[in-house]
Amino acid sequence: MTSLNADQVRHIAKLARLRLTPDEVEKMSKELSSILKYVDTLSEVQTDGVAPTAQVTGQDTVLRDDVVLNPPLASPDDLLASSPLSITSHQITSPSAHG
Amino acid sequence: MLSSLTISEAHKKMKAKEISAEELMRSCLERIDAVDTKINAVIWHDAERALQEAKKIDQKKSFDDPLAGIPFLTKDVYCEVGIPTTACSNILRNKNYVPPFESTTTKRLKARGALSIGKVNTDEFTMGGSTETSCYGVTKNPWDQTRVAGGSSGGSAAAVSADECIFSLGTDTGGSIRQPASFCSCAGLRVTYGRTSRFGAMSMASSLDTTGPLAKTVEDLAIILQAIAGKDPLDATTGDAPVPDYQAGLTKLLKGLRIGLPKEYFLPGMNKEVEAAIRESAKVFQSLGATIVDVSLPMTKYAVATYYVLCPSEVSSNMARYDGIRFGHTVEKPENLIDYYERVRSEGFGAEVKRRIMVGTFALSAGYFDAYYRKAQQVRTLICKDFNDAFTTVDLILSPVAPNPALKIGEHAGDPVAMYLEDVFTIPQAMAGIPALSLPCGFSKDNLPIGLQLAGPQWSEELLLRAGYAFERETEWHTKKPAL
Repeated sequence: MTSLNADQVRHIAKLARLRLTPDEVEKMSKELSSILKYVDTLSEVQTDGVAPTAQVTGQDTVLRDDVVLNPPLASPDDLLASSPLSITSHQITSPSAHG
Repeated sequence: MLSSLTISEAHKKMKAKEISAEELMRSCLERIDAVDTKINAVIWHDAERALQEAKKIDQKKSFDDPLAGIPFLTKDVYCEVGIPTTACSNILRNKNYVPPFESTTTKRLKARGALSIGKVNTDEFTMGGSTETSCYGVTKNPWDQTRVAGGSSGGSAAAVSADECIFSLGTDTGGSIRQPASFCSCAGLRVTYGRTSRFGAMSMASSLDTTGPLAKTVEDLAIILQAIAGKDPLDATTGDAPVPDYQAGLTKLLKGLRIGLPKEYFLPGMNKEVEAAIRESAKVFQSLGATIVDVSLPMTKYAVATYYVLCPSEVSSNMARYDGIRFGHTVEKPENLIDYYERVRSEGFGAEVKRRIMVGTFALSAGYFDAYYRKAQQVRTLICKDFNDAFTTVDLILSPVAPNPALKIGEHAGDPVAMYLEDVFTIPQAMAGIPALSLPCGFSKDNLPIGLQLAGPQWSEELLLRAGYAFERETEWHTKKPAL
């Protein structure tokens, strides 16, 4: 897999919740293909039996104490005020999922 | 000009009552007014607020802390209460996001009396190596304004180099502190992954992101690191390793230190001036009592490819939060929720962010996960092994920071892979989560700064800073200033 055609680009964009213009699709198809072609050099590396590395801290499932922060890091009202949408009864009014 | 002082110099003067915090702040603000139109490093500041804060410090009359009254600038990804923070992205800039909470790193600095002036430029969400992807436009190199300051912490590096502040904060995911520090001739430290808290610093690639300082000297880096290092309950990836007294460790001798030169970082066809500067630096370390040893890091050539699978994958996940619901850009009259998400994100994100989201979404999608994401995670293990093996025979590794001095603005426009390859010497350390220091070590014949990189094992910041401090006292590169 070293290239992505326009249909594949549109499919990935849909998964990524991006809407691309026809020009962007064409450009992205070229650029993503060149990136993937470069990334394909990894297939030269022998990795049979090599464990994957997800992180390098050596830590495993760090849990915090189950305590309420008082005062909180930010007030609920201030957090809600960051929303660009309207707030009703302490809830963000988001667009309907069904239109 | 007071703004050209280092932290330790300014501290001594304030403590001796030779200058006030207000005078120091005023000098930084005047410098920003005088030179920032030439370099475009500072994207937001509030002079009145900054001066008020400085006056408060003066009124306290307590300058025991080395950071008390020291003005700094912050990369535009650190959330600060009441200060617009946009990651240089239209998705946050359009609504001028003002965080209701404070990042741990800025909180720790402010608790010590350091004074935030405002925000500096970065590539959008730190995705880039030149600040060319910022929605505020490129930051120009103080040494040559036809060239980039590097990135993504290009604003942080240019501002320190141009004396617009005493120090700055950056973030380093794949080289974003070290490379701009080398392009602009200042000192920059990528810490061990987990040494400093990332809480409140907007995420790019969570398994690689680090927060850290850029400053005028190694001693200043030690002072800043002392304030920001250590466990943070709000960032579960911070480690329990004890925080040593970095400043006290600076003056220990280098005798017996073994420094490795990795052959994979000195390739035929590389920039001769960069190579000469690094080899000359090795001689300086030798004269200080260190032994120079050849080492090999055979996986080096695969690091960039590994990074450009893992980083975009993590980006595609982290960027999901920018959906126009809780913060950021919005659009009118959406047909439905999906329409809203797609329009908000397509209007708000720039080209490089979209590109990385797309690559990451692809690499994580059904059918391709094993071939790309898992494969890259396995290669990452081998990159870590390279360093572990090398550190059995040497204490530190010396290399260039970047293959070339600062690039021309637009040099890699339209060629993302060429741009990515500029990170070839800074990505491997990030993959392994080890600390690395970037220091000025020379100039090209065109008077462009060249930087050296020292990398050490996890948690070896004390040793790195000691070696850097000794180098700095033997050389004068760090004292040179751009003509602005």
